[in-house]
Amino acid sequence: MSAAAKIELRDVWKSFDGKPVLAGVDLKVMTGESLVIIGGSGTGKSVTLKCILGILHHDRGDVLIDGVPIGRLDRRGFLRHFGMLFQGGALFDSLTVWQNVAFRRRHGRKPLPRREARDLAIEKLRRVGLGPETADLYPAELSGGMQKRVGLARAIATDPQVIFFDEPTAGLDPIMASVINDLIRELVSEMGATAITITHDMTTVRTVADHVAMLHGGKVRWAGLVGEIDTAGDPYLDQFIHGRAEGPIEAVR
Amino acid sequence: MFLPRFLALFLASIGRSAIGLLRGAGRLTLFALETVSHLFRPPWYPVEIGQQLLRIGYFSLPVVGLTALFTGGALALQIYAGGARFNAETVVPSIVAIGIVRELGPVLGGLMVAGRVSSSIAAEIGTMRVTEQIDALTTLSTNPMKYLVLPRVLAATLTMPLLVAISDVVGVFGGFLVGVERLGFNPAAYIRNTVDFLEPSDIISSLVKAAVFGFVLALMGCFHGYHSGRGAQGVGQATTNAVVSASILILAANYLLTEAFF
Ligand SMILES: Nc1ncnc2c1ncn2[C@@H]1O[C@H](COP(=O)(O)OP(=O)(O)OP(=O)(O)O)[C@@H](O)[C@H]1O
Ligand SMILES: [Mg+2]
Repeated sequence: MSAAAKIELRDVWKSFDGKPVLAGVDLKVMTGESLVIIGGSGTGKSVTLKCILGILHHDRGDVLIDGVPIGRLDRRGFLRHFGMLFQGGALFDSLTVWQNVAFRRRHGRKPLPRREARDLAIEKLRRVGLGPETADLYPAELSGGMQKRVGLARAIATDPQVIFFDEPTAGLDPIMASVINDLIRELVSEMGATAITITHDMTTVRTVADHVAMLHGGKVRWAGLVGEIDTAGDPYLDQFIHGRAEGPIEAVR
Repeated sequence: MFLPRFLALFLASIGRSAIGLLRGAGRLTLFALETVSHLFRPPWYPVEIGQQLLRIGYFSLPVVGLTALFTGGALALQIYAGGARFNAETVVPSIVAIGIVRELGPVLGGLMVAGRVSSSIAAEIGTMRVTEQIDALTTLSTNPMKYLVLPRVLAATLTMPLLVAISDVVGVFGGFLVGVERLGFNPAAYIRNTVDFLEPSDIISSLVKAAVFGFVLALMGCFHGYHSGRGAQGVGQATTNAVVSASILILAANYLLTEAFF
């Protein structure tokens, strides 16, 4: 028997007010692997991540982490080595940029002294292309793309073992996007992190992914290695990666 | 034909509201119990608690003080007018003292602070909810009940008695000003009358009420913000609900506490 997957979803269902969003999602991510989830807007990609975290409760099916159902998981132990970039950034707007990035260091079990935490935060900000002059600003004083990168710096601040990125490059210029893509790749290849990334950006898919899963109609429509996406021959996947208006996915309803 | 159907619908809607009300009360009770339980479990966030003490306590002082001052003055006039009808004008100092300390100080203070603090807590926590900041806290290994809710509820419960103590003094002083300047009371006699008349139990009842109101008003702000609906509209609704429910619960609790101290 092979080792348990780091994260596994088995036939996961989730609906809101009777409207099904996830209708039997199966996913598997092995330790140290990078999965990219693609799919149309509103297909439930963000909801999938939240179900894995237990922020949303799925209606049916199993979410397993290291083979343990999340209901019985030591959630605090898991979260200690976890980081997440939210789609909207979700920065704490009452705290400055560096306090956001250093949040875990400042509020954890052994809080770091202010100076030290601040220096570490500035180092992480540098990695996402932000200078030390941003450290003392408030999130509201930043542009959308800068907020995204602060969120990213916060997510990777404590070198987590499992990281979720919800659209890390949305709203970034192409150069910054490629810096971020390389950064995520590096976290996975060099730090051995397990990553799930949601993106609409095919460059991100090709740089970051080991495996790709495409959500459509509440299910994983296609899953496979990143090298296979061009030759997979799935009409849905094909339409999506080439961004065609015509095809099995109805663009205009 | 028509009537039974109408009656059935009517009863069903009453039943639904009753169930909704019970469910709400149940959720609120659980929320309150969980909040209190975090008081006894580390980690605590002293910086957060300090900030809230300042924000809820210190910055509410002007509002509460002015409310008490004007109320004390008006009360003195009313009691004088009422007392004059049976030649009992001399009761002004004692009735003002009892009215302010036992009733109006804590109740009006509570309502004013509810307007100021419940609303801002609900708006703040509600915004954090809809912008996923509360979810982000969870992913950063920080319990939002400990980090957001407990500091606010604790700060309000601790500072309301202080605020009301001050407001009692200011309210009696308002009565004193009007009594001496407008109604011709002797200042020394007014003060002696007040001090001799008040009993420790009056003051205790005032402060206990204040603590309960503080707990209620912060809890309602947190509860409605925490369960805020989506978007700006959800936050607006949460803010309104927080102030309305805090005010009603304060008035209801006031009646029960008054019965208890009676
Ligand atoms: N808390 C919620 N309450 C009600 N409905 C929700 C909630 N969260 C998500 N939904 C619904 O679930 C569906 C999927 O949402 P989700 O955010 O997962 O989409 P997505 O795939 O991430 O899309 P995008 O690429 O635009 O971010 C949407 O139709 C949305 O309206
Ligand atoms: Mg999304």
